[in-house]
Amino acid sequence: MSVRRLAEPALQPAAFAFSKAKAAEVKTWIAKYPQGREQSAVIPLLMLAQEQEGWVTKAAIEHVADRLGMPYIRVLEVATFYTQFQLKPVGTRAHVQVCGTTPCMLRGSEALMDVCRSKIHHDQFHTNDAGTLSWEEVECLGACVNAPMVMIFKDTYEDLTPERLAEIIDAFEAGKGDTVKVGPQVDRFYSAPQSGFTSLKDEKAVLKSTRVREAKTAAAAPAQAAAAPSNAARPKTDAPETNPAIKSPSKVKVAPAAEQVKSVAPAHSAKAANLAEPTVEKTVKQRSGKTAKAEPVSAYKAPETLKGEPIGAARAKGDAGPAAAKPSLTDKNRPAGIEKPAAVDDLKLISGVGPKIEGILHSLGIYTFAQVASWKKAEREWVDGYLNFKGRIERDDWVKQAKALAKGGVAEYIRVFGKKPV
Amino acid sequence: MLQDKDRIFTNIYGRFDKSLKGAMSRGAWDGTKGIIDKGRDWIINEMKASGLRGRGGAGFPTGLKWSFMPKASDGRPSYLVVNADESEPGTCKDREILRHDPHTLVEGCLIAGFAMGAISAYIYVRGEFIREREALQRAIDEAYEAGLIGKGNKNGYDFDIYVHHGAGAYICGEETALLESLEGKKGQPRLKPPFPANMGLYGCPTTVNNVESIAVAPTILRRGAAWFSSIGRPNNVGTKLFMLVGHVNTPCTVEEEMGISFRELVEKHGGGIRGGWDNLLAVIPGGASCPVVKAEDIIDCPMDFDGLREKKSSFGTAAVIVMDKSTDIVKAIARLSYFFKHESCGQCTPCREGTGWMWRVMERLVIGQAQKREIDMLLDVTKQVEGHTICALGDAAAWPIQGLIRNFRPEIERRIDEFSRNAHQVQPLMAAE
Repeated sequence: MSVRRLAEPALQPAAFAFSKAKAAEVKTWIAKYPQGREQSAVIPLLMLAQEQEGWVTKAAIEHVADRLGMPYIRVLEVATFYTQFQLKPVGTRAHVQVCGTTPCMLRGSEALMDVCRSKIHHDQFHTNDAGTLSWEEVECLGACVNAPMVMIFKDTYEDLTPERLAEIIDAFEAGKGDTVKVGPQVDRFYSAPQSGFTSLKDEKAVLKSTRVREAKTAAAAPAQAAAAPSNAARPKTDAPETNPAIKSPSKVKVAPAAEQVKSVAPAHSAKAANLAEPTVEKTVKQRSGKTAKAEPVSAYKAPETLKGEPIGAARAKGDAGPAAAKPSLTDKNRPAGIEKPAAVDDLKLISGVGPKIEGILHSLGIYTFAQVASWKKAEREWVDGYLNFKGRIERDDWVKQAKALAKGGVAEYIRVFGKKPV
Repeated sequence: MLQDKDRIFTNIYGRFDKSLKGAMSRGAWDGTKGIIDKGRDWIINEMKASGLRGRGGAGFPTGLKWSFMPKASDGRPSYLVVNADESEPGTCKDREILRHDPHTLVEGCLIAGFAMGAISAYIYVRGEFIREREALQRAIDEAYEAGLIGKGNKNGYDFDIYVHHGAGAYICGEETALLESLEGKKGQPRLKPPFPANMGLYGCPTTVNNVESIAVAPTILRRGAAWFSSIGRPNNVGTKLFMLVGHVNTPCTVEEEMGISFRELVEKHGGGIRGGWDNLLAVIPGGASCPVVKAEDIIDCPMDFDGLREKKSSFGTAAVIVMDKSTDIVKAIARLSYFFKHESCGQCTPCREGTGWMWRVMERLVIGQAQKREIDMLLDVTKQVEGHTICALGDAAAWPIQGLIRNFRPEIERRIDEFSRNAHQVQPLMAAE
């Protein structure tokens, strides 16, 4: 806390009265508080007195006390407690309040105070020789993102440099303080970043009409088909205990045997419950357990073609099941197949091709390394999709492998990759 | 990053129309009557469900605070008091609300006042915010003219809003000191209990809320508690006005989601640290009274109540004071000590004497004119001030110093060594005043 005293008697004027305009304001202030609580208006009234006189005089304190029916000491207490009240005369043209607290200090408020020292007076609260200017260091003025800053009367001057403050002080000294732009002194919009807006760039985004329109379009858009609840978590008993309306377990203990007797058998078989809801999964497939035994690799018949089309294609056409999700066999990106040549390359030499994949490739009419080596990107993607291989063709670079094998067989492969094909 | 459509303060930079008409086109006062018609309990429950924590620094749940107000009057009226005495160094968010988006606050006052059964609201604006007070008064006048507040208004709840102002006392940001000041006395905090919810302004039940807490309420109620609580991390939900202060390239005030990492906040809105990330020394994450956090601790820390508590600091008002390596960290904290010494109200001895004592020692530590054992003595004094005063100003004065000693003790010791090495060149300093 700071010790604050009234100015010496020699400086104090004899009397104080509110001007006509201020008297009207006094009335509005007092009317804001409930009957008998007029004391609340003491700070606003003292502030009005200060606005009128430039500082708070002893006469003003007494006048306010009389007006509000308060003891003098209570008003005196208030006037000395609150640091915004100037108890001594300050500069008539400008009283520069420099914020000196850490946020402003970090941005250079000490340099601003040096400007005040050199242009006004070495010490705070002293007017310059003409009595027109004075300054003080105040605590945080609440414009920290625009530091450093000063306040002169009612306005703040922010984002200052020492040079700019010197100009502002000169303008006030010349009586042209009202020509100075208030607020940020750099090219900046109030508290927005100086480099430009990072948010609220366009008012349209925050208008109510925009929000209403978006809500409408969202409502009009075909709602995503709500997924039917899966019955995976459905209890396997229909006993009343599983009724969701019952929130807590019963306090009455039941013997497990009795409970089992009371339990009602599910209306559907466990096997049926285990199946996924067809509307959710689109296909009827079992949640657990295997659908069918995996076909042994040997089940793939020797590749043959039927009228230029591999027989696998017919199989795929006939089978609407798992193959349905695969890329269409009639897709233009499908690599061209050939009839089974006399010498079939051992495609298994390509890393990533096993007996099963080889079988599928044969079914597509792919028998030689040269064929694989000639695949273009779209064709590779098609095969990858058909094999459901998730990009392995690219990762293992089948084309490069196939090129090497086509060119010089295993020897060339070892030369290119530095290892034997597996 | 928060999208514009999820921002509560749609005109925080004052770029768009600030009048009532402009605010309404951005959604203010939309369906206020509908909210009030749902009743007190619905509003309070919704506020509780939203998980809004008070934005004034302590982070007390707002809905819970509202629920402390008596349900039925015992003959005394109830009051809502809005704390716009924003003086915490680094903090300047309420200023933007008051001068650029005041209608959010006016509407919030009506809804909050209704929810707690208050007859009127007093908005206590700090004395230095003169233009801000004028802007707020304009907004209130517009609302009266449009019949949105006052006697027999369109919203069906008679309610008056008055603007009051202070005269430059940081301590009046403490809720009971604010009430004292509003009653026309020195701003010296009261002993609690009785709490303001029982005996507040003029001896009547009163709730004191921060500007931001009140101003976000209408939007929360309009868009639903679920929307608000979906932003941020559990227990630290919603959006918040952040202030980037100090050594960032572009200091600014911006609304962001809680729990945004320090790095993202500074990169997106602050334009990076002055001189790059390697140049970051320390950060005071929540306004002057929060302990300082070292650079390596803060960089990827989520900025919210729990995230910063883990770093032994606090979220405060989200005023992020950034300091680069050019900062004299001891001096920066010593300046804060001076601030608290200046603003102590003088009521409790530990604070009145302690703040001055701590500041004087800090001033000596800045130049290194001290003994190393005095560091521990200073730490001990801060512990004795902390928690032994009526209000939290004693704590607030102690924490920055504790944070400094915890994080920068080697720097203080280095200065002491340096000073004693060159002691023969120094003029003797006058004794403490």
